[in-house]
Amino acid sequence: MSFEDWYRQDRLPHIFCAGCGNGTIINCTLAAIEQMAWKKEDTVFVSGIGCSSRAPGYIAADSLHTTHGRAIAFATGVKLANPNLNVVVFTGDGDLAAIGGNHFIHGCRRNIDITVVCMNNQIYGMTGGQGSPTTPLGCLSSTTPYGCAETPFDLCELAMAAGANYVSRWTSYHVKELEKAVLAGLQTPGFSFIEAMVQCPTAFGRRNKFKQVSDQVDFLHTHTLLKAKRDRMIEQGEHVPGDMFVVGELVRRNRPVLGAKP
Amino acid sequence: MTRIEFWQGNTACAEGALAAGCRFFGGYPITPSTEVAEHMAAKLPKKNGVFIQMEDEIAGIASVIGASWTGARAMTATSGPGFSLMMENIGYAAMTETPCVIVNVQRGGPSTGQPTMAGQGDMMQCRFGSHGDYSVIALCPASVQEMYDLTAKAFNLADKYRVPVFLMADEIVGHMREKIIIPDSVENVPRRELVKGVLPFKPDNDLIPGFPVFGKGYGVHVTGLTHDERGYPCATNPKLHESLVMRLVEKIELARNSIADYDVINPDAEQVFITYGAPVRTVQQLMHDHPGKNIGFLRLRTVWPFAEHALTQFKNAGRFLVPEMNLGQIAREIERHVTVPVRSLPKLGGDLHTPAELLAALEAEQ
Repeated sequence: MSFEDWYRQDRLPHIFCAGCGNGTIINCTLAAIEQMAWKKEDTVFVSGIGCSSRAPGYIAADSLHTTHGRAIAFATGVKLANPNLNVVVFTGDGDLAAIGGNHFIHGCRRNIDITVVCMNNQIYGMTGGQGSPTTPLGCLSSTTPYGCAETPFDLCELAMAAGANYVSRWTSYHVKELEKAVLAGLQTPGFSFIEAMVQCPTAFGRRNKFKQVSDQVDFLHTHTLLKAKRDRMIEQGEHVPGDMFVVGELVRRNRPVLGAKP
Repeated sequence: MTRIEFWQGNTACAEGALAAGCRFFGGYPITPSTEVAEHMAAKLPKKNGVFIQMEDEIAGIASVIGASWTGARAMTATSGPGFSLMMENIGYAAMTETPCVIVNVQRGGPSTGQPTMAGQGDMMQCRFGSHGDYSVIALCPASVQEMYDLTAKAFNLADKYRVPVFLMADEIVGHMREKIIIPDSVENVPRRELVKGVLPFKPDNDLIPGFPVFGKGYGVHVTGLTHDERGYPCATNPKLHESLVMRLVEKIELARNSIADYDVINPDAEQVFITYGAPVRTVQQLMHDHPGKNIGFLRLRTVWPFAEHALTQFKNAGRFLVPEMNLGQIAREIERHVTVPVRSLPKLGGDLHTPAELLAALEAEQ
C-alpha cells in the first residue's frame, strides 16, 4: 500500500485552491500513517471547520467532520470510548487557536492519546481571508485592512506549556522533515501536536506581496530557524529575530497519558 | 428481584442510564444537575465505562457525540446555561443522526437566573434551540421513579430514531427524594447497525439509516454539512438539502404516535389539566383532594414530538388548563391544536404551583 491508497478517489477533485499547501500536509501525514502500518478500520480522522478540516472527507477511513473549533473535544470522546482506535485530528489556525483554543489547551493538559496536525496558513481561508490568531503583526487580511495590530499566538509554545507529550513545527517546504515529525508524533503516546506552516496564495499571499505561490513557500523556508540553532543562539547570547519560525522537534516527553491503548 | 430504594431524582437518573447500558458520560458540573455527573463518576469506572469531566458543556456534548460514533450509549447532563452552550452541537447530532441522551435539570432562567430553583423555561429551547429545521424527542419525568424509567427509555429512543433525546427534568424532580422500585432489568433495544454494502445515510423504510459504527471497517464520512446518502458533502444542491431536512423531521414527526407517552385521566371531563414534569404532582394532589370534582388530566411524559392526538380523547373538554413553570410554552403549542379555550397557568420564581392555586384556576369563570 502507498499513502495514495488512503484517499477516497471518488471524492476528487478536491476543494483546495491551486497552490494551496494543505495537500502537501495531508500527503505527509498519510505517508507517516502508512509507515505505522495502521489499518484503515482502526483509524479515525476528526476535524472542525475550515479548509484544513476538509481533509478527512478525502480519506477512506471513518471520519468525523464536526463543528468549528471542537474537533479535539469530539476526538476525546472517540478515543476514550474506544482506545483501540488511532485518532488523528486535522485542524487549522482559526479552528484550533481561536474558537477551539480552550479544547486545544485541555487536550494538551489531559495528554489524550491523539495526534493533531495543524495547517497554519495564518488566515481564515475558507471564509475569504480574515485575520486569525496567528496572522503576523502588520499583515493584511480582510478584517485587518490596516495591518494586523495583534500579537500572534505561538501554537507550539502553547502546546508545550499546556503539557503535550510531543510538539514539532515544520513548513510545507520541509516535506521529509514534516513526514518524520508526524511519524514521531504518531509513535509518541499522549497528545502529539505538529504545526505545519502552509502557504495560502488565495487569501494570504495575494494580500501580502507574495505574487507567486513559490514566493510564499520561499518565505516560509527562509524564515525558519532550526530549534538547535535557536538554542545555540540563546546560549551564546545572540539576538533571535522575532519573525522566524522555530522548526524541528520542540519537545518529546513521557508525561502520564489519557486514553492510551490497553 | 426488584428492590426498593429511597433515592434522589438525579441519582435515579444516573442509575437508569447505567441500567440502560450507558457507558460514556461527558459533561461539566452545573447546579442543579451535578449529582448525575457525580454518580456517573463514581459508578462508570466500575462498569468498564468512561466518565470525563470536560472543559465546558460544548466539549461535554462533543465528547458524547464522538463516543456515540464508537457504538457506545452516551449521555451528558446539564442545566440552562450549559444547555444553551450545547445548542450548536445538538444541531450537529441531529444533522449527523447521532444517538445521544441529554439530561436538562431545568432551573430558573434566563442567564444564570436561579441555580437552585426549579423552572421549565427550556421546553421550547430543547425543541428549537439549534439553528435550522430538525426534530427531537423530549421526555419529562414527574417523579424519582420516572427519572429512572424515562432515562432508560431515552437511550432506546435515541438508538431507534438516531436522534438527540432530551430528559427535560427540573430542579424539583432532580433533587427530591422518594421511594423508587428498581426493576431487575430495563428494556434494551439495540441500535440497528448498517448492513455492509448499503450506503451509510441511505434510510430504511422507517426513514432511519443503519448505524455504521466507527472501527468496524465502514469507512464512513460523517459531516454536519448537507450530505448525500454516501455521507459526502453536497451543500449547494437545493433538492438534496430539502429531502435530507424533511427526512430528519419526518422520521420523528411521522412516528409521533408510537413515541408518545401520556396518561388520559377522566376523558369525559369538561375541565382538563394538561401538564408535565413537577406540576404533574400538584394536579395529582388536587385530584386526590377533590374526588367529587370531575377533573380531566392529560399527563404528558413525551412533550416532543407533541402528542396532539391525545387532545382529541377529551371529547367534552370545554377548557384546557395548563400549569407550567414558564410563561406558557407548551400552552401555546396546545392552542395550535384545539378550538376550545386554553388557559395558561404560568408560575415563575422556582416554587411549584400549590393545589389551592390550581383549584382557584379551576373554579374561576375564565
